[in-house]
Amino acid sequence: MTRSFENLRQRAQVEWKASQDDGKPRILVGTATCGRSAGAIEVLEALQRESRNRGLDCPVVEVGCIGLCYAEPIVAIFKPSRPGIVYGNVNAPRAARLIERYLLRDDPLAAEALGTLGPESVEGIPRLQDTPVMRHQVRRILRNCGFIDPAKIDHYLAHGGYSGFTKALALDTAEIIEEIKKAGLRGRGGAGFPAWRKWQFTREAKGAKKYVVCNGSEGDPGTFSNKLLLESDPHSVLEGMLIAALAMGADEGYVYCPAQYSLALERLRTALLQMREYGLLGEGILGSSFNFRIEIKEGAGAYICGEETALLECIEGKRGVPRLRPPFPPTAGLWNLPTAIHNVETLACAAAILQNGAPWFAELGTAKSKGTKLFCLSGSVQRGGVIEVPFGTTLHEMIYAIGGGAADGEELKAVQTGGPGGGYLPPGLWDTPVDQDSLLAFGSSTGSGGVVAVDRRSCAVDLARNSLDFARRECCGQCVPCRLGTRQLFDILVDIAEGRGRPQDMELLVELSEGIKRGSLCGLGQTAPNALLSTIRYFPDEYRAHIGQRRCPAGVCRMANSSQLSRTA
Amino acid sequence: MERRLDAILSSFAGQEHELIPILQQVQRELGYLPREAMLEVAQFAGVPESRVYAVATFYAQFRFTPIGRKHVMVCRGTSCHVRGAPRILEEIERQLSIKEGETTPDLSHSLETVACIGACGLSPCIMINNKVEAKLTPKKVAVLLRKAGDDD
Ligand SMILES: Cc1cc2nc3c(=O)[nH]c(=O)nc-3n(C[C@H](O)[C@H](O)[C@H](O)COP(=O)(O)O)c2cc1C
Ligand code: FES
Repeated sequence: MTRSFENLRQRAQVEWKASQDDGKPRILVGTATCGRSAGAIEVLEALQRESRNRGLDCPVVEVGCIGLCYAEPIVAIFKPSRPGIVYGNVNAPRAARLIERYLLRDDPLAAEALGTLGPESVEGIPRLQDTPVMRHQVRRILRNCGFIDPAKIDHYLAHGGYSGFTKALALDTAEIIEEIKKAGLRGRGGAGFPAWRKWQFTREAKGAKKYVVCNGSEGDPGTFSNKLLLESDPHSVLEGMLIAALAMGADEGYVYCPAQYSLALERLRTALLQMREYGLLGEGILGSSFNFRIEIKEGAGAYICGEETALLECIEGKRGVPRLRPPFPPTAGLWNLPTAIHNVETLACAAAILQNGAPWFAELGTAKSKGTKLFCLSGSVQRGGVIEVPFGTTLHEMIYAIGGGAADGEELKAVQTGGPGGGYLPPGLWDTPVDQDSLLAFGSSTGSGGVVAVDRRSCAVDLARNSLDFARRECCGQCVPCRLGTRQLFDILVDIAEGRGRPQDMELLVELSEGIKRGSLCGLGQTAPNALLSTIRYFPDEYRAHIGQRRCPAGVCRMANSSQLSRTA
Repeated sequence: MERRLDAILSSFAGQEHELIPILQQVQRELGYLPREAMLEVAQFAGVPESRVYAVATFYAQFRFTPIGRKHVMVCRGTSCHVRGAPRILEEIERQLSIKEGETTPDLSHSLETVACIGACGLSPCIMINNKVEAKLTPKKVAVLLRKAGDDD
């Protein structure tokens, strides 16, 4: 590592410390997508205006998201010699009141606070880490999210950023891979493949050039944690890419990110400029012989491009249709050259592992799934958002302890995990410790971490129909079982939902599903029937009521008058 | 259009793998992909016209007809669905008198559904011209559409 990078790091640390101890108050506003959609920009402007009008010398800083979507917009206020206090559901008038009451006088408005930051509390305000939503969480991958300015590389550096990469520079490539292996890191994008093996294969593969691709497609409805990371701490993901590239001998990387993630794209572009400026990209990085450049590819709206080989086709400028495998990307990927593709969160984990060591990472989790995982809580819960918990946490803890239970005083009846290829699990299974394998036995999966809670106002048949509607629309059309099969399943479900179900339909759905799972070329078709199969398995009575009595117990489905079938078979 | 297209193309090298970024840039500028633009892109990238069309029609982002000044995207993802998205869609269709995939005759609004907006923690949500509107109810939708119509 060069002297000058060490100087940059020290300067960043000194400046960060000075900004904390300068005797001035400081205000942080979470302005990631969730915050913005709840009005964070108006709050930001109100805080700036008010502190100026009141003659306060008080920086108002934009930060990312701490994952508490339900409480957005979120503001944190740091007053000298006081712990920071986090406030939720702030709007412009309340922002002005906070300045008036807390900064000008000394009333922290305890009733409006979510909690304090750090080890101390303030009278009437608990420590945030002791509140129900945080008590069960371990913030490791999210450590910086909501606390640093994601548009400033110095903030990342001041918090240990890029120390994982500089450590890796001093190791040889086998040692880096050994560290990832000892950590037990498995992919976070869905399949849970051991990362070290992918790195090893790619390193050993022959090719004039090698690539690392960051998969930020995040297509599963009900997931938004990759976006949160890219918006709130983009350097943590990019550091992971550097480490992976170094270990595998790759010199070019792509970040694939949907075009509609406009803020994530903006933060990524800023981050890449800063990396270049600090000598972390380009030729001879930090005085070593390692060369690496990163390009951003904007996704154009195709779920299937989350599948790694379809993603490669998309980068090559083609229709995003999955390739036949083998060969797998580590041997023949982008332009047929060795390529390692990783999910956003996996790369952030790799950076954290090199920063803190494999034992630190592996101390949490279960025997076969190490570390923490980001889950996206949504649907019928009181406290939806992105949470980080060790593998082995139960769905019950996630939904009730952290999420606060069903919304609107309702009663929950199912939880969908694993996105559109996962299943709906009934309450009896919510005490299962969740890791990357444990839900498979129940016809679902952990997938990329979507956890959608469903209450009694939803109908099992309608949920299955919604999942199959997604599958039939997103099917790439390449293979027949998936293209025609998902359409047939959908049509039969429409018939059942509209009161045209036939007695043999449940059996027919199961039989068709098995064929689609066996006959499809890629994961989309292989998992598309799971939502349907799980609802038949756990909520058969609802199907029977629709078919036998033309009745929807949840009162969701409207029975049609026509007896014209939707299906063709 | 000719001139604007030339300006866009001049920032690319004319290679096959640039096809998608080129089309994205064209759509950003023109709002949709007119036929003539696609023909020109084909020539520029050195690929058959059928290739450009095949790629453009594969991706949901690309459109072949003009959209409304307010483009409304309604999420039909799981979280939004269980929090009432179907009623939100119905309300919007009623307010605008158009269905999913259509544009109002005066080009003021167009309506589309999407798989997930990525703000599932604040469901149900929609997007109006890239701005996410969260925690919606049919009532709020009515107000929003009126407001969205005003600042044209
Ligand atoms: C239909 C389908 C969609 C997928 N979507 C995503 C996605 O959005 N993001 C992702 O990281 N992986 C997705 N995957 C998994 C990828 O193919 C791949 O396994 C993953 O990106 C590898 O990264 P990891 O090892 O870090 O998990 C998808 C797979 C399938 C079959
Ligand atoms: S499910 Fe609607 S935003 Fe994700």
